[in-house]
Amino acid sequence: MIPGLLLRRRVTNVVMLSLTGVSTALVLGVLFFILGYITYHGISALDWDFFTKLPKPVGEKGGGMANAIVGTIKLLFLASLIGVPIGFMGGVYLSEYGRKNTAGFLIRYAADLLNGIPSIVMGIFAYTIVVLPMGHFSTVAGGVALGIMMIPIAVRSSEEFLKLVPATVREAGLALGLSEWKVVCFIVIPTAFRGIVTGIMLDLARVAGETAPLLFTAFSNRFWSRGWLEPTASLPVMIYTYAIAPYEDWHRQAWAAGMVLLMLVLGANVVSRLILHRQLKG
Amino acid sequence: MAKSGTNFFIKDMIGRPGVSSADRFFRATVLTGALSVLVITCVIAFELVRNSVLPIKKFGWSFLWGTTWDPIAEVFGGLPFLYGTLVSSILALLIAVPVGLGVAIFLSELAPRRASDPIAFLVELLAAVPSVIYGLVGIFVFVPWVRNFIEPALSGTLGFLPLFRGAPYGVGMLTAGLVLAMMVVPFIVSVSREILMAVPRSQREAILSLGATRWEMVRVAVLPYARSGIMGSIFLALARALGETMAVTMVIGNRPEIRLSLFEPGYTMAAVIANEFTEATGDLYLQALIEIGLVLFAVTILVNALARLMIHSVFTKVEVRE
Repeated sequence: MIPGLLLRRRVTNVVMLSLTGVSTALVLGVLFFILGYITYHGISALDWDFFTKLPKPVGEKGGGMANAIVGTIKLLFLASLIGVPIGFMGGVYLSEYGRKNTAGFLIRYAADLLNGIPSIVMGIFAYTIVVLPMGHFSTVAGGVALGIMMIPIAVRSSEEFLKLVPATVREAGLALGLSEWKVVCFIVIPTAFRGIVTGIMLDLARVAGETAPLLFTAFSNRFWSRGWLEPTASLPVMIYTYAIAPYEDWHRQAWAAGMVLLMLVLGANVVSRLILHRQLKG
Repeated sequence: MAKSGTNFFIKDMIGRPGVSSADRFFRATVLTGALSVLVITCVIAFELVRNSVLPIKKFGWSFLWGTTWDPIAEVFGGLPFLYGTLVSSILALLIAVPVGLGVAIFLSELAPRRASDPIAFLVELLAAVPSVIYGLVGIFVFVPWVRNFIEPALSGTLGFLPLFRGAPYGVGMLTAGLVLAMMVVPFIVSVSREILMAVPRSQREAILSLGATRWEMVRVAVLPYARSGIMGSIFLALARALGETMAVTMVIGNRPEIRLSLFEPGYTMAAVIANEFTEATGDLYLQALIEIGLVLFAVTILVNALARLMIHSVFTKVEVRE
């Protein structure tokens, strides 16, 4: 006979531990449900026109999102022009000079706070510094919003990968009489290069899906956006406008766009994690 | 040891007067990049304040507790949005915290390492899904689902509470809370899991040797040790939920009213900015929206700052003890 108290303890043990398993199954279930549902609706909605045609006027069937795809690429390009250099330099500073000092702590903290600022607030910020002075929505404004959003993750991931370079490698360089900046530029950075690039890819994947900061910076456009000073369409904003519109055919295209965006973002995530995994192992 | 040794070495080199100008130039260059992180954060705060002076002057603090949002009469009170943001986020945490902690405990205490890492990766993928995708699935799947199943079930069983009364619209606080919960769970899981794994083995072994069951070990030895870190992860998730825009805008119903029932449509700070910013006519209206952004900024910065300090404290504690 098991005494009552012991029995109760054992039952609690089994119940609570199973509940943790159930929550894990639940969360994984949500992930697979979203992936499956988007793929199911997206595949049946996707056609060649989606990649090659402009949106049709309201009420007409068909058309595609070619301009939004190009728009997203242009926005990401602009964003990397801002986010990558600043993030990379910040990362180099933190790992090479700011490991234990106050400046390093402050900058790390600021980067974490910047990362936590809601994306819609970033949109307002880009609006006040780019759209207001220029007087109209533009691709550049959207690029600025996304670029600033890239900075904190670029800083932190570059820092992490630079820190992984062993101290012995640095010492070897210094012992050979190389000056410090040469050790960093020609030994430390090349060693960490793959990791840094992967980190930036993850960063791009994250901002690629951002909608809120684009609503009133890059705005939207039903035609091709020429140059960098016109408003431009982008995949996330198109998904939003099409999803909340009352037209059946727009919903179909929203699913198609959703699938393309999701595959791009998750694809970039999976590929970069695999690269990192292999690098950390080897 | 070797790491800090080199660090002193490098510091020493810079400190000496003989350091080459090329080294100094390089250091200054990367410092510029690093400092711009600080500068940008400050400029964002400054710009938000500068561009919301009109409503700040006109309404003062009453902006925060005014309940009327009437762009035509130019009366702006932000309380309905504050309320909606707070309620939907708390609702999300009520669902996400137990589930997220469950997953973190499962991954750190039960699952073998070979299963734990891939599952943690999958959970993190959930955080990578763009918020507009959650909104898309939210509109077409969760809204009808909540309207047809969840809300009737809740009003049938818990209908005596004012929280669960009213017509089942589908769009509203409840759906927003559900969608937000899915979006913030990965933040709770990934941070808490790391913190739980940082709890020293000796803690676990000590309580197991006293005859505790696995669950008692978690409850008595592991969770209390990791408490401030777990609180940190919850605050981190809260900050995400407060600032989340697209998914919430698409499912919350967007009505600036304060209603007790969770079935009723609401509105959040982020959602009102997203919806009305491009349509705002007149400077006062636009600046009132920017002031909403300022409030949101202040709240999330505060919550994030707390979260980071809490998480930081756990890892320093672990470093010191081992």
